[in-house]
Amino acid sequence: MSGVRVLVGTRKGAFVLTSDGSRRDWTVEGPHFGGWEIFHLTGSPADPDRLYASQSGGWFGQLIQRSDDGGRTWATVGNDFAYAGDVGEHLWYDGTPRPWEFKRIWHLEPSRDDPDTLYAGAEDAALYVSGDGGGKWTELTALRNHPSGPSWQPGAGGLCLHTIILDPVRPGRIYTAVSAAGAFRSDDAGASWLPINKGLRSGEIPDQDSEVGHCVHHITQHPSRPDTLFMQKHWDVMRSDDAGANWREVSGDLPSDFGFPIAVHAHEPETIYVVPIKSDSEHYPPEGRLRVYRSRTGGDEWEPLTDGLPQANCYVNVLRDAMAVDSLEDCGIYFGTTGGQVYHSTDSGDSWAPIVRDLPPVLSVEVQVLP
Amino acid sequence: MIRVVLPAHLKNLAHVTGEVRVAVAGPGPATQRLVLDAVEARYPMLLGTIRDRHSGKRRAFVRFYACEEDLSNSPADAPLPERVIAGDEPFIILGAMAGG
Repeated sequence: MSGVRVLVGTRKGAFVLTSDGSRRDWTVEGPHFGGWEIFHLTGSPADPDRLYASQSGGWFGQLIQRSDDGGRTWATVGNDFAYAGDVGEHLWYDGTPRPWEFKRIWHLEPSRDDPDTLYAGAEDAALYVSGDGGGKWTELTALRNHPSGPSWQPGAGGLCLHTIILDPVRPGRIYTAVSAAGAFRSDDAGASWLPINKGLRSGEIPDQDSEVGHCVHHITQHPSRPDTLFMQKHWDVMRSDDAGANWREVSGDLPSDFGFPIAVHAHEPETIYVVPIKSDSEHYPPEGRLRVYRSRTGGDEWEPLTDGLPQANCYVNVLRDAMAVDSLEDCGIYFGTTGGQVYHSTDSGDSWAPIVRDLPPVLSVEVQVLP
Repeated sequence: MIRVVLPAHLKNLAHVTGEVRVAVAGPGPATQRLVLDAVEARYPMLLGTIRDRHSGKRRAFVRFYACEEDLSNSPADAPLPERVIAGDEPFIILGAMAGG
């Protein structure tokens, strides 16, 4: 029977949760890198034993860790993230120019085909690629050098490049999202970029039709329908059916259209999941009830999923990279909270149970199905 | 040999316990820069954790002490205290107390 490995990055270390294909009994290993923020922990689709971790801290900076044995042992690899060429400036929160300054890696995206190739999304926003398993990093400069770059302004969490999607069908097509610049698409492996923010509405900016300036929180894509994208924005859940060229709102009857994560079912490209939170100043579920909302119609119509989730006095948040789905026949959904719980469902979200309850605040959750 | 004390997190990263010892080559006396160069050469996983990889500047929350002196803002190329150079006292790298 195949197994499942859930990779959890937290405010104070990394944890690896494993189970067999039944997903009933779990082993919790960790913390790896205890005391360090692990912004993202992920595995190579081409080699499940190849894992990467983005390890950072205010004292000692950014490190990238690599495991070649499924997370049992780790070694530091390259952490030399430099802005190539003329560094230039972007806007600061107060609207004044500020030089680009590297702070940390928010997201690592391994290639689907090659375990040694992976992409990294940085704060301040830049996209890097490594072809040697994280040893050396090269900035794909065209994104940061887009003509709109000097007008990019950070969101509350910083000017972070947090979403990287490698299109499963079109070689060279990459989607990225930056808070709070917006979404971008490249069709030439990162050599040039197109802002894809048409149809997004952001009350926080004066020009609703602005090419950039939209606070995108997360984007997801189903591999069998790659031109359809779903987005959780600062406010609004959005959908595009033309590879991001146009977006329409599908928030429908959600109790709040504010949130961070969005995920799509492994086998049903019209089934999507979000975790609404009350507002941008109240990062917790409405009424203190933790509910995942599921749409089986690709948006607009939503149902609350509550079975097994706390329905009173719950004031946790679920961050943008902290929800994942597995590809087993009964699709598993996993999410981690800022309260340190990791919940999972093995029936597409109908019922939920905690795998572990008392971890540090969870920053990221990824899942691997093991052979 | 120069004795160097690393903070706990960097000991974990370097897979060491206790003090580390590094040899500093060169015609002149050991300096902060030469000691840190030697530490990074022997423990490359520490590259970037003590000093910025490009500017070479000390990371803001990292401090250097020796012989009950704060050397954090001393010139990188100034000779270290005699007792550090002689191996009687360690060069101490600290993660500054800050925040909660």
